[in-house]
Amino acid sequence: MNDIRNTSVAPERTGSTNTIVHASARPSLEVPVLDCDSVSIFYDDFRAVHDVNFACLRNEITALIGPSGCGKSTVLRSFNRMNDLIEGARVEGAITYRGEDIYGPEVDAIEVRRRIGMVFQKPNPFPKSIYDNIAYGPRVNGMKVDSMDDLVEEALTRAALWDEVKDKLKQSALGLSGGQQQRLCIARTIAVQPEVILMDEPCSALDPIATLRIEDLMQELRNDYTIVIVTHNMQQAARVADKTAFFTAEANDTTGDRTGVLVEFGDTATIFESPHDKRTEDYISGRFG
Amino acid sequence: MARRTMQETVHTTIRHKARSGESSPKSIGFLVILWLAILFALVFLTVLIVTTFIDGWNRLDSRLFTEYPASDPEDAGARPAILGSLWVIGTTALMTIPLGVAAAIHMEEFANRHHWFSRIVEVNVQNLAAIPAVIYGMLTLGAMGLMGVSNKNQVWVGALALSMLILPVVIIATRESLRAVPSEIRQGSLAVGATPLQTVVRNTLPAAVPGIATGSILALSRALGEAAPLLLLGGLVFLSFDPNGLTSGYTTMPIQIFNWTSRPQAGFHELAAAASVLLLVMLLAMNALAILIRNRYQKRW
Ligand SMILES: Nc1ncnc2c1ncn2[C@@H]1O[C@H](COP(=O)(O)OP(=O)(O)OP(=O)(O)O)[C@@H](O)[C@H]1O
Ligand SMILES: [Mg+2]
Repeated sequence: MNDIRNTSVAPERTGSTNTIVHASARPSLEVPVLDCDSVSIFYDDFRAVHDVNFACLRNEITALIGPSGCGKSTVLRSFNRMNDLIEGARVEGAITYRGEDIYGPEVDAIEVRRRIGMVFQKPNPFPKSIYDNIAYGPRVNGMKVDSMDDLVEEALTRAALWDEVKDKLKQSALGLSGGQQQRLCIARTIAVQPEVILMDEPCSALDPIATLRIEDLMQELRNDYTIVIVTHNMQQAARVADKTAFFTAEANDTTGDRTGVLVEFGDTATIFESPHDKRTEDYISGRFG
Repeated sequence: MARRTMQETVHTTIRHKARSGESSPKSIGFLVILWLAILFALVFLTVLIVTTFIDGWNRLDSRLFTEYPASDPEDAGARPAILGSLWVIGTTALMTIPLGVAAAIHMEEFANRHHWFSRIVEVNVQNLAAIPAVIYGMLTLGAMGLMGVSNKNQVWVGALALSMLILPVVIIATRESLRAVPSEIRQGSLAVGATPLQTVVRNTLPAAVPGIATGSILALSRALGEAAPLLLLGGLVFLSFDPNGLTSGYTTMPIQIFNWTSRPQAGFHELAAAASVLLLVMLLAMNALAILIRNRYQKRW
């Protein structure tokens, strides 16, 4: 069921059901959904992050925080192999999805991305209608759905966008506001029924109200998905995340390259209220970064 | 009150600055030169168009479309040349656009840009776009010789030469429109589990279609006005029938015009002018269509 090797379509998709709520129906597993084991990521010879170890558990929100350039996006992109698209990018160590190495020789990056969806910093709706934006993922994945209309409605509803767009589904998605576009991108991700949603600063282009809506949405989605979010907004991490990973960049003495390291990982409350590491404390209290 | 005066002062200062910026003798001189340049080009063009129009006015009638070439200018028309142009350009479009778009997709979306082969192809496409048309005529002539095709006055042979002529232009235009599609769109597509090919076919290419259409139409309009390569390929023939297939004999409008202008009789010069006006109208229509497509479907990201 959780096999990500070249199999084309996951069994739960081939069934007649087109409901998106499925993850909670699965038996709870002790295996973390995502697990980094001594992960180092390179761009050509440049070591962007070094020796990262942490795990994301099912139905939890994990926040990645840290100063600019410490490798948060790099780590996030490596989770669904979007790094493959960058020339020279290379991952060492093991990143496992439910115990399976996602960089394993038999693993299909396309299949990884179906299971592990991604929402980008800048809303990037396709230059298509709102409806086609949502239907795109199910269509390219060959998902068998009873009614695409229902699936579109459900995805948009779950992304808290349905009421705003239900009368203009055939209009171009480019006509939506930034916040609506971002929720559309979330809906688009949900529509392919992934198990994990990666979000790279999803609110950085949004106003505080739209930001709060997305945060509410994440709380809502947590029931069914595992979420990893990169954010520069400390309050946001404190508000939404169950676990927090604090990264920082350390200069290499000999080369001067700045390499990202994971300083501390743990319950959000611990990280924000009683961090063990001085650097975390400094960053959280605004004395750094 | 005092505040108001201050604002006014600020305004006048800014205005003054702006005017002084453009009123220096140097910039005025430069502007005048620019205007003269554009004026010269416009006057030249207008005179050309107007004289052609006046010369051809008497012969701009239905006979131009219905009659075949004849030894008496009064009985002659450009029917086979008009149909020949349509046949050749249509065939050129069918041969060039799929090939050019496919080549551009490969170069832009799939090929490894740093590979030496891609670089060679890339540089050569750029260079080929700048090669004079007659060279492609010679190339086709040579190729036909090697292939043992003795009758070169066939629609597909002419279209082949024109295809080679505009293929680089189509490739470059397509690549540019593909490049104008933001990479975030591709990433968004891949992130929902689309394959790279699905991403191109369903997302990138449709977004690039207006640019591809515009570029292709402009390239075809260049081919439509081209005479040199077809002259080399024996396009200058006296046709008394309508071209009716890929292997049919043909002549085209620019060649017919070239032919008529080289005749001594004034009647043929009038005919040439009339055919020129028609060719001009066709070219303008194609360019207008290109502009229309560009404006209508221009994407704002
Ligand atoms: N495509 C790339 N090619 C080469 N180096 C890259 C690339 N992307 C990121 N890097 C480098 O990797 C390091 C980490 O970058 P990354 O974008 O992951 O940081 P980040 O923590 O997400 O920063 P920010 O908070 O500013 O988004 C930086 O030194 C950056 O220069
Ligand atoms: Mg980043």
